[in-house]
Amino acid sequence: MTVAVETARLRKTFGALVAVDALDLTIRRGEVFGLLGPNGSGKTTTIRMLCGLLEPTSGSATVAGFDVAREPEKIRERIGYMSQRFGLYDDLTVLENLRFYATVYGLHGADRATRLAAHMGEMGLAVRATQLAGTLSGGWKQRLSLACATAHRPAILFLDEPTAGVDPAARRAFWDSIYVLAGSGTTILVTTHYMDEAERCQRLAFLSRGHLIGLGTPAEIPAQFGQATIEAVFVELQRRDEGAAA
Amino acid sequence: MSLVERVRRSRVWPMLWKEFIQMKRDRLTLALIVGIPALQLVLFGYAVQTDVRHQPTIVLDESRTSESRALVSTVGNSGTFDVVGHVHSRAEVRSLIEDGTAKAALVIPPGFMSDIKRGHTAEAQMIVNAADPQSAAAAMSGAQLAAGARTQALLGAAGRNRVVPLDLRVRPWYNPAQRSAVFIVPGVIGILLTLTMTLITSTAIVRERERGTLEQLIVTPIDKTSLMLGKTIPFIVVGYAQMTTALFFGKVIFDLPIRGSILLLYVAAIAFILASLGVGLLISTLVRTQAQAMQLSFFFMLPNILLSGYVFPREAMPEPAQWVGLALPLTYFLKVLRRVLLMGVGVEHIWREGVTLAVIANALLFVSIKRFSKTID
Ligand SMILES: Nc1ncnc2c1ncn2[C@@H]1O[C@H](COP(=O)(O)OP(=O)(O)O)[C@@H](O)[C@H]1O
Ligand SMILES: [Mg+2]
Repeated sequence: MTVAVETARLRKTFGALVAVDALDLTIRRGEVFGLLGPNGSGKTTTIRMLCGLLEPTSGSATVAGFDVAREPEKIRERIGYMSQRFGLYDDLTVLENLRFYATVYGLHGADRATRLAAHMGEMGLAVRATQLAGTLSGGWKQRLSLACATAHRPAILFLDEPTAGVDPAARRAFWDSIYVLAGSGTTILVTTHYMDEAERCQRLAFLSRGHLIGLGTPAEIPAQFGQATIEAVFVELQRRDEGAAA
Repeated sequence: MSLVERVRRSRVWPMLWKEFIQMKRDRLTLALIVGIPALQLVLFGYAVQTDVRHQPTIVLDESRTSESRALVSTVGNSGTFDVVGHVHSRAEVRSLIEDGTAKAALVIPPGFMSDIKRGHTAEAQMIVNAADPQSAAAAMSGAQLAAGARTQALLGAAGRNRVVPLDLRVRPWYNPAQRSAVFIVPGVIGILLTLTMTLITSTAIVRERERGTLEQLIVTPIDKTSLMLGKTIPFIVVGYAQMTTALFFGKVIFDLPIRGSILLLYVAAIAFILASLGVGLLISTLVRTQAQAMQLSFFFMLPNILLSGYVFPREAMPEPAQWVGLALPLTYFLKVLRRVLLMGVGVEHIWREGVTLAVIANALLFVSIKRFSKTID
């Protein structure tokens, strides 16, 4: 299997609002794939459909070879997901959150103990093991979220704006972790608003008002839009969106 | 995989583990859950204490003799009744009790004195507005005390063995079933449990939704049953803690009798607690916010208060209201509570209610789990 994620004419509507439309996307195994687009362009909705959190209105998608509509539970065992909003338990400690998620993902007994110890080390979380998650700073929260989403070694990782509101040093450390995961064969789909992060992806997809309007390597994208940089593409799209709304 | 292994690997365990840790850290809520029944019962007890004394009482004295005046003064000095006026007809008695001016009326018929003189039993009536069961119970015992005192005096004066000279009949109006405070306390326990159980269960899953933790949780391979049971089962402990507190205070404040087997009561209670949790779970599948969950839970209390037999006897209700009552877990649990606590009956008199509650609980849990969807829209 060389394809990790594939969508065909994927569409999601909320009442009259079309959040994602006619999306055809193929993500290869082991790829670090960036999903870009202004706010409200449909990035979160796309990821949620791929994770089985939202039912597509029409079209289809497969993740790790399983159909999102028919076998969402098979998919859930094989993916990790970091939602856009911090989704862990504030009133549990770092270790308790990790332990909870590891167990829910099916790790038990001695397996779990060794895996958690190793994972805490890799993620640099050991020093915070007994701190309540709610009292962590933004950067540490993101790191814990990533740790909870990867303790079970998912084949595919979905990261929805994982570094929003995090300082540059923490972002750099976060991306180092992402590269380690990618190096061990994990496919990664990440959304971001930071151009330096976009540059770090192997391929990018640009969404605008639910439509895929650009696809390629960070080097190819600017040329497709007749711009010099990815950032310029972004600003241009934002301007077009606002023009359409006005 | 063997059954043991399957149970061991069930995802309900991590859910329970997490829920108990969170519960342990949420001391305030826990204190409230256990403290509320204590507070409620104390307030309730206080209301009873104030109501029992100095109830405004009117007198219809058709005898107008020294004997009748002696009875009036005994009743008036009892502390339970304050004579606030004399009236001259039964119609006046009725209207003054109905408009709330008087809570009780002493009615002495014309032949009262002559009956006593002739060695017959003289009859008088103590009419009590029993619509308010707490004060009615006190009025009844107050009337009996006053009659006893007067009887002693008459027997002493007569100095010989004769028939009981005085019969002060208590006539409870508006509540012929003669419900007493003791009758109400089990009801308060049932109502409290219903409210707490539905409220905390209905908000539990919605709270995770609002905090954003549900999205992270349902993207895992956890099955719906483990998720929902894991969120619910810890509240069984809360239910038992609350019931125990309520029984304890009921005993201390009201001298609530516990005539039957307390073990039987606790076993039967599991079915009721689960059924109430089921109602809460069902509500949680119907709403999106904690505020909506609370509104629905409080709305659910309305039929419970009115139709379960908590205050108003179900037998006196129109049939459709009785049918609605049959759908409420509290209706069955009230019977269990009253029969076990007050009547001291054994399992043979409550198993039907227990089985019905178990069926309701299963149906509610089944429907709730079925309805729950591991999606966020
Ligand atoms: N549950 C929902 N109900 C209604 N509208 C929604 C819902 N979720 C997202 N939308 C709308 O769909 C569009 C795409 O949203 P989203 O996927 O969150 O965009 P992005 O993640 O790119 O910012 C937006 O207009 C948003 O308001
Ligand atoms: Mg988003």
